Amino acid sequence: MHKIVSKAVLSPNVTRMDVEAARIAQIRQPGQFVIVHRDGAAERIPLTIADADAQAGTITLVIQAVGKSTKELVALEPGQTIADISGPLGKPTELISSGRALCIGGGVGTAVVHPIAQGLKRQGVSVLSIIGGRSKEWVIFENELRALGEVQVCTDDGSYGRKGFVTDAARDALTAGGIDIVYAVGPVPMMRAVANLTRPFGVHTIVSLNPVMVDGTGMCGGCRVEVGGQTLFACVDGPEFDGHKVDYELLMDRLTTYREFEQESSRRCDDHTCRIGLS
Amino acid sequence: MTEQDPLIRNANFKEVNLGLPEKVALIEAERCLQCRDPKCVAGCPVMVNIPKFIQLLSDGNLAGAAQSLLADNALPAVTGRVCPQETQCEVECIRGHKGLPVAIGYLERFVGDWARGHADEVPMPKAPPTGKKVAVIGAGPGGLTAAGELARKGHSVTIYEALHKPGGVLVYGIPEFRLPKAIVEAEVARLEQAGVKIVCNTVIGRTYTLQELRAEYDALFIANGAGLPVFMNVPGENLKGVYSANEYLTRVNLMAAYEFPRADTPVLKGQRVATVGGGNVAMDSARTAKRIGAQESIIVYRRTRKEMPARAEEIHHAEEEGIKFEFLVAPVEVIGNEKKWVTGLKCVRMQLGEPDASGRARPVVIPGSEFVIPCEVVVVAIGTRANPLLTATCPDLKLNKWGNIMVDEQGMTSLPGVFAGGDIVRGAATVILAMGDGKRAAASMDAYLRGEPVITAEAGPAVPA
Ligand SMILES: Cc1cc2nc3c(=O)[nH]c(=O)nc-3n(C[C@H](O)[C@H](O)[C@H](O)COP(=O)(O)OP(=O)(O)OC[C@H]3O[C@@H](n4cnc5c(N)ncnc54)[C@H](O)[C@@H]3O)c2cc1C
Ligand SMILES: Cc1cc2nc3c(=O)[nH]c(=O)nc-3n(C[C@H](O)[C@H](O)[C@H](O)COP(=O)(O)OP(=O)(O)OC[C@H]3O[C@@H](n4cnc5c(N)ncnc54)[C@H](O)[C@@H]3O)c2cc1C
Ligand code: SF4
Ligand code: SF4
Ligand code: FES
Repeated sequence: MHKIVSKAVLSPNVTRMDVEAARIAQIRQPGQFVIVHRDGAAERIPLTIADADAQAGTITLVIQAVGKSTKELVALEPGQTIADISGPLGKPTELISSGRALCIGGGVGTAVVHPIAQGLKRQGVSVLSIIGGRSKEWVIFENELRALGEVQVCTDDGSYGRKGFVTDAARDALTAGGIDIVYAVGPVPMMRAVANLTRPFGVHTIVSLNPVMVDGTGMCGGCRVEVGGQTLFACVDGPEFDGHKVDYELLMDRLTTYREFEQESSRRCDDHTCRIGLS
Repeated sequence: MTEQDPLIRNANFKEVNLGLPEKVALIEAERCLQCRDPKCVAGCPVMVNIPKFIQLLSDGNLAGAAQSLLADNALPAVTGRVCPQETQCEVECIRGHKGLPVAIGYLERFVGDWARGHADEVPMPKAPPTGKKVAVIGAGPGGLTAAGELARKGHSVTIYEALHKPGGVLVYGIPEFRLPKAIVEAEVARLEQAGVKIVCNTVIGRTYTLQELRAEYDALFIANGAGLPVFMNVPGENLKGVYSANEYLTRVNLMAAYEFPRADTPVLKGQRVATVGGGNVAMDSARTAKRIGAQESIIVYRRTRKEMPARAEEIHHAEEEGIKFEFLVAPVEVIGNEKKWVTGLKCVRMQLGEPDASGRARPVVIPGSEFVIPCEVVVVAIGTRANPLLTATCPDLKLNKWGNIMVDEQGMTSLPGVFAGGDIVRGAATVILAMGDGKRAAASMDAYLRGEPVITAEAGPAVPA
């Protein structure tokens, strides 16, 4: 049982929760995730460890409420518990040990980029973060990232920071030069766009893939992705891969596998319990 | 044994076999000739004292029968249901030479079920605490058996399990209609009562390394199974609608997808489902497909019925339930539509040629025999291998070329004090072999912990995989 110790709404559908998980808080590394199983009939879903407080024994989950499982999670209140959290899973991020890194976060992906930036800063790498959202209220983790280096914010509507996509700002940064590596996490089309952008610059680019997972231990093969023409299991071989080698079309296609079921779940969920905690 | 009607049961998940009524069990028990040199015992991988428990049963001494059986086999309610009796104990039974062998499996199940319902009458014997701490990795049949044996000997035992529920393949793989989860739950409860600590959601190799456990415990038993799915390596295998049997069965069993939307985890249904393989896993997948609503559930196997490795009873049940079989057929490609959904499985026909290394006739492709089995879901059940998650984080652990952990006769690995058994050592094998390994390793671990020379105890000789 894992108690939720605090909760904050970061953007219209993104919630931050600090949850007790002492062991994971101690040993987690950038890039790793947990599998969360709320209780009996719930799904097992993967969530990145966005931050951790080893002293307090808590990990931070940043959850975008997109369907039944995530809506029910964010409806939980401090003091309530999550039955099962297993981890830390996945391979730690491949961090460079000196130089300058560009970290790009789109939407909830910004929270996933955060531990990577933390790791880089610890290594003494200079970090430039470019983060974005639809409009001002969708921008998250700006302050946390500012504590780790320079931050540029983009919004689609120009309501905050630069008007435009993160790729626009990234292009300028790459053109200015001095970037040794790029980490990009966000919606699949964004990661694909970043990879296409960095390829001609010849800058190594790492992306974090989000296929549907079940066990997270390499047992089921449901999370398979194609990287460099090879089928790999994202939960054990990733979730981070060379962005220039990922088959994004396959990933996007496989992510639609359960769409009908998800709509059915979501509809039932909105009719019943999940309205709590959501505006 | 009374069974649910095939055409009713193929739409539900309740157990197929309803078990023997007490009267029938007693009559069956009397058929045992109490042989002086019981061949049946030699056929059992853990040498259950079969005539003894059957004698006690036919005397009407159920508690005695249960005690005798449990001393040899910690999970009789499980093995009575899932052992391939027709190639182990029953095939050797003298009664089988003329007529039917004694139904050892059914009797074992009967006594096992009785014991579960009368836990107070078969208390777990327990030695005084030894002060030694042992850890078991994996809560499948191998790990559970070792934990029980070690606890009985007075050691303090902690099991670490990766998933949120203990049981291993018994809960995520083998379906409810063949092995009710309540049986595994009862055994787990029994172990917990005996003081065994079970820590779920803990992936060794990630949450803790093997080295950390070695520092904390006096001995370890690794029984993390063979949970790495093997795919066919044919084009189209990443289309939507292709599952490994592990994923398919985990969704349906562990996550209860057959109850969607009451349970949250979905599974694709499909009007027609093709399952590739011929073992128990393939039977379970195909029968599951039928139960969750497939009009047609087809098994695709590259040899003939005779060579199928599944338990005879499962093949028979599958046939009764209307599962179709395509024998001497091998898939070459999964076909999909423009939206990348599976629409069929392209196959070739085979004929049997010369025997291969395993002595089974090797299937050879008949040129020009390609055809397509239309289907929306393909389940790949052609085997599993050692999952490298744990072993990769411990380079000192000696593995064979397939990634299985190597052990000596005592079940000890290349690391002193670290023992291993079950599927991680043998490759995908059987429940009873994993349990036998657990029992044997527990005996060796006990000797190791007492500083005695490590001997292989009463569990019987090591059986090759
Ligand atoms: C390694 C990894 C890290 C992730 N980290 C985060 C994170 O930090 N914050 C966050 O908000 N989200 C994260 N996700 C995505 C998150 O797991 C999904 O949004 C969540 O599972 C959706 O479940 P749902 O029932 O709420 O939505 P659904 O309605 O079921 O689905 C919504 C979308 O999520 C995808 N999805 C559904 N089930 C799963 C599943 N079991 N595993 C993965 N994806 C699924 C579907 O393809 C669909 O497009 C991560 C995913 C992965 C693989
Ligand atoms: C669908 C199916 C049907 C079968 N039918 C039969 C049958 O009818 N008869 C028969 O005799 N055999 C059958 N078998 C085979 C039998 O189930 C296995 O041989 C047996 O379960 C092996 O036991 P085990 O204890 O070695 O491993 P498993 O049962 O595989 O258990 C291993 C456990 O370890 C856990 N684990 C894995 N990695 C880690 C880690 N790193 N850290 C912590 N925990 C970990 C797993 O989650 C799992 O719970 C079947 C198998 C399947 C898949
Ligand atoms: S454990 Fe299996 S093989 Fe041994 S007697 Fe029981 S059913 Fe037969
Ligand atoms: S061989 Fe058959 S008849 Fe003889 S003891 Fe065993 S079960 Fe009884
Ligand atoms: S989630 Fe099952 S193998 Fe990756």
